[in-house]
Amino acid sequence: MIDLKSNFIGIETPNPFWLASAPPTDKAYNVNRAFEAGWGGVMWKTLGEAGLPLVNVSGPRYGAWHGKDRTLMGLNNIELITDRDLEINLAEIIQVKKDWPDRGVVVSLMVPCEEQAWIDILRRVEDTGADGIELNFGCPHGMSERGMGAAVGQVPEYVEMVAAWCKQYSDLPTIVKLTPNITDIRTSARGAVRGGADAVSLINTINSVMGVDLNQLRMSPSVGQQGSHGGYCGPAVKPIALHMLSEIARDVECNDIPISGIGGITDWRDAAEFMALGASNVQVCTAVMTYGFRIVEDMIDGLSRYLADQGMTSVDQLIGAAVPTVTSWNKLDLNYVAKAQIDQDSCIKCGRCHIACEDTSHQAISTEINGERGFQVKDEDCVGCNLCVVVCPVENCITLRELDTGEVDSRTGELVSANYQNWTQHPNNSVG
Amino acid sequence: MTALTSNSAGQSVPAGHRLSEADYQTNFSDIHTPLDARSAVVEADRCYYCYGAPCQTACPTDIDVPSFIRMISEKNEVGAAGKILSENIMGGTCARACPVETLCEDACVRNTEDDRPIQIGLLQRFATDRASELGAKFFTRKAATGYSVAVVGAGPAGLSCAHRLATLGHDVVIYEAQEKSGGLNEYGLAAYKMAGDYAQKEVENILSIGGISIKHGTKVGKDVSFAELQTNHDAVFMGVGLGTSKDIQLDGEDASGVLNAVDYIHQLRQAKDLGQLPVGQDVVVIGGGMTAIDIAIQIKRLGAANVTMAYRRGKEHMNASIEEQEFALNEGVHIAHWAKPVSLQIEQGTITGVEFKKANVEGNETYITPTDMLFKAIGQSLTPINMGTTEFVKTSGKYDVDNELRTSQLGIWAGGDCVSGSDDLAVSAVQDGKLAALSIHKTLTQSQA
Repeated sequence: MIDLKSNFIGIETPNPFWLASAPPTDKAYNVNRAFEAGWGGVMWKTLGEAGLPLVNVSGPRYGAWHGKDRTLMGLNNIELITDRDLEINLAEIIQVKKDWPDRGVVVSLMVPCEEQAWIDILRRVEDTGADGIELNFGCPHGMSERGMGAAVGQVPEYVEMVAAWCKQYSDLPTIVKLTPNITDIRTSARGAVRGGADAVSLINTINSVMGVDLNQLRMSPSVGQQGSHGGYCGPAVKPIALHMLSEIARDVECNDIPISGIGGITDWRDAAEFMALGASNVQVCTAVMTYGFRIVEDMIDGLSRYLADQGMTSVDQLIGAAVPTVTSWNKLDLNYVAKAQIDQDSCIKCGRCHIACEDTSHQAISTEINGERGFQVKDEDCVGCNLCVVVCPVENCITLRELDTGEVDSRTGELVSANYQNWTQHPNNSVG
Repeated sequence: MTALTSNSAGQSVPAGHRLSEADYQTNFSDIHTPLDARSAVVEADRCYYCYGAPCQTACPTDIDVPSFIRMISEKNEVGAAGKILSENIMGGTCARACPVETLCEDACVRNTEDDRPIQIGLLQRFATDRASELGAKFFTRKAATGYSVAVVGAGPAGLSCAHRLATLGHDVVIYEAQEKSGGLNEYGLAAYKMAGDYAQKEVENILSIGGISIKHGTKVGKDVSFAELQTNHDAVFMGVGLGTSKDIQLDGEDASGVLNAVDYIHQLRQAKDLGQLPVGQDVVVIGGGMTAIDIAIQIKRLGAANVTMAYRRGKEHMNASIEEQEFALNEGVHIAHWAKPVSLQIEQGTITGVEFKKANVEGNETYITPTDMLFKAIGQSLTPINMGTTEFVKTSGKYDVDNELRTSQLGIWAGGDCVSGSDDLAVSAVQDGKLAALSIHKTLTQSQA
């Protein structure tokens, strides 16, 4: 078993599994339970200004998209930042940090975009002994209407400004949490880099409306007669998060800023993928809100075995290992040719590959083999698009076979070239 | 199932005698637990929605199985029932009584990946039951055509034919010898497959289309002549069942204690008090088909101590599916293969045993199985009907028909168990009735033009 010890911008934890700033980290009771279960660190649920606490709705704060077997695919929430008194939160943070010196405790913050407001809160947090701060520039509901959260994260100049204040007025490692509700997440990440942030974390939740109750013709869930958009997270958002993560990881201007990965991480495999695409550690929320804190045991075990299998000795060797494999479309090799092939032994003859290809793609799968029901790829029509592979219910029944150099692509009648040629080099590209 | 040698209170009951009321209730209640709304959606979601789905091809009535299952997964049970009933008006009975393990579920592609098939029968039942609870109506009659069609027999074939004809605007008169409609659904299927008087409920639904009248207790060739049918109607559909049980051709078949399985099941299905039925202690059933299985299990569930099904050939030759055989074995029925009955032991006019020869070994060695109740379940033949001067081309006494279910006589169609080559399944009878109705409709409306 490989030791999963993690060092994220100087914060040392026994493993890279953190809990995201969210309801599971709202108070000492939950955080103590999380640490007992084995979590490496927590992002304490976002604190606001001193004064009267916020008021949350006392109706549905969550909505979900379920699979037919009630698997929770996506979760949406309209909860605000902490609605507990600042003083109580700070006192609890002091105690928790004292009780768990080997774990990470980073405090999430969200106050108005005024220099003094940040100076005030930074001083209070510094006194707790917390390991760092995470600037909540991502929350898309409620707080954003008040000019905070995602409203800040969507303006790179604000991100830069507040990050710079934090670095100027405190010694705490500063993580900027980014919103995905923006056209190009790199712009806000670059703002964080310019402001001197130590790290970015992403993604925060995505603007979402879960659905409509078709009996009442009312948005669902709703608080009484009306509902409001919430932040979407959970397994469904993982691909979006991985994209944004890799964009930042390979962006020159982001200058290899450390990244904390967030977005639908449910098990060690998800975590490993985030780390391979550049995350130094990962933050989890929906999975623990679905199953409880104990899932961290499986995550630790799984990741540790995986590293051993890969011949790695620390998580650091995994971080960013797959980043160079992400590129722009115009760098893809247009001379690469693959064809689908169907393993007749494992084919169950459901015909889904055929109808998907026939109705919606290239008419490249026939329905008969020697006069009987059976499905076969017509190489002369197959473009290797992978649709049949993804719709096939049997794993590994349909695979893509890479054509060897010198083989004839029966679709084009041309020999497969050994030479790499991307779109920028292609004769059909008149734009350059 | 409670043990049949003791009642539910744990008191011992003389073998082969009556059980407690509670035991009868348990033994003859619904054999399958219906799916609830949640498990139906989960099961439906397992369906791959195959293209050119093998389950649909395997269904004699060509139900669009993937579509109705997808509708269940979308919580559109009523739409699903509409899909089912539009092809098979007895979709409810077929969901209960079809040997799905040899039809749709056998064809399910899930079988080929070391998995279990989609529970198509239970899903079909879920949809049709749900629609029935909601009182959903799916059919309306087209404008009246003025044609009248005679249907002989109110079983699956006849009712299916009548219903389709009624939707097309024709009037139908069904001539039924029995006092109730439904044919084998009412009189022949095992009681635990059709619990809750389901056959009559379904008939009621079918007849609600209107335009169908049924003359019960009216035997064609006796109470009404075939010639009258031809005179009073524009077309005739023969949908009669097989009335005559085949004999085992041994001396003593008329002895007390030797019974036709079909007649006994008929009695059982109509019994107000199951405790009044005669039940032997050591029962022998001769036969290897569905009827043999049904009588063996039901007589066991009525309290018989020992039940032996004797079949003259091997396990793989039996008409009953492997699943049905296993069901019987689980019920405690003993199945004797390669057992050829050679004589009946009769004492004072009453059966006391059957002498069997082992059919798979050379020589003349025989053995005797004692019995006080012997059931004949080796098949049935079509009881000849007095049809006056009208002659038909027949094979083995059954009507020969073409692919539109036309007999050799112009204007007379036939379908279900009474046609040659029939597989004796209710679902096939429903299909015959449907196709015959379409052919009748085509013929009538073409002659109009």
